[in-house]
Amino acid sequence: MAVDQNLKIELGKQGIFVTTIEELYNWGRRSSVWPMQFGLACCAIEMIATTMARYDLARFGAEVFRPSPRQADLMIVSGTVTKKMAPQVVRLYNQMAEPRYVIAMGACAISGGPFKQGYNVLKGIDRYIPVDVHIPGCPPRPEALIQAFMTLQKKIDGQPLTGEGRPRHLDAEAQGEFAVPEQGEHDLEPTSNKGVWPVPITIR
Amino acid sequence: MASSSYFSLSVLFVAALGFGLAPLGLAWLWARVYSPPKPNAIKNAIYECGLESKGDAWMGFRSAYYLYGIIFLIFDVEAVFLLPFAVAFTGLGAAACAAMLVFVLLLVEGLAWAWAKGVLTWQ
Repeated sequence: MAVDQNLKIELGKQGIFVTTIEELYNWGRRSSVWPMQFGLACCAIEMIATTMARYDLARFGAEVFRPSPRQADLMIVSGTVTKKMAPQVVRLYNQMAEPRYVIAMGACAISGGPFKQGYNVLKGIDRYIPVDVHIPGCPPRPEALIQAFMTLQKKIDGQPLTGEGRPRHLDAEAQGEFAVPEQGEHDLEPTSNKGVWPVPITIR
Repeated sequence: MASSSYFSLSVLFVAALGFGLAPLGLAWLWARVYSPPKPNAIKNAIYECGLESKGDAWMGFRSAYYLYGIIFLIFDVEAVFLLPFAVAFTGLGAAACAAMLVFVLLLVEGLAWAWAKGVLTWQ
């Protein structure tokens, strides 16, 4: 039972703090997101800058970059995902702890960027794993990453504990394993994961 | 029992134990009820660098490698000594020069020994 927002503010002025388990739980979750220490290209430099003193990602509780996917619940895909690297990225995503989130950082990670027409670059990591926040930019400034992180925090905050739209770890039905693509003759096989990325219909 | 002087202490002990264990138990219950585990073959894999592990970890390493390693280390350290020696060479006395030469000679002797033993030939 959610408390009326105005009533809550009014009570807050009187020194009475009202909350729900959902709010407390999500507050804890969004304030302790542990990203994976994992940089792919030039965007990673901006990601490193974001964690340093000037931009200070620690303000959001996300300074602990874990070097193991087992201890991380946020993957920042920072940079160009080549087709050689894509299987590794998907495998790492599979190894991360639930509930896991993905920020696709930069033009390459969201779409292939300037290398989109090339033969060796994946045209967006969202073909294989579900991406929560996309940030455009080449590379995006640290402020953009912080913005993306705050967007992710808002998303975590808005997730109910039960019913539709609950976080993946509370949902027994949520997909846990995402198929790792393999190197085919001409391209990765499959070229995208079913259910993750709708293949656009080309109109000629 | 209640008359024992330790009774209140034991009550406090049980309370303290409960205070510590209850959150752990609650967390365990929460995880069991609300957070169904989603294990799969990839997640349970041993190696966590994104690459597939190949073969067995219980394999033998060639001991010849360690001999190379040790010899490399010795001459690495020697280089550290030789550099300041070379820089200060013109200002050195005869005693310091002799000491350094003895040091280098000892290492060269070791190298000659390793060479004669055939350590430097990779089999």
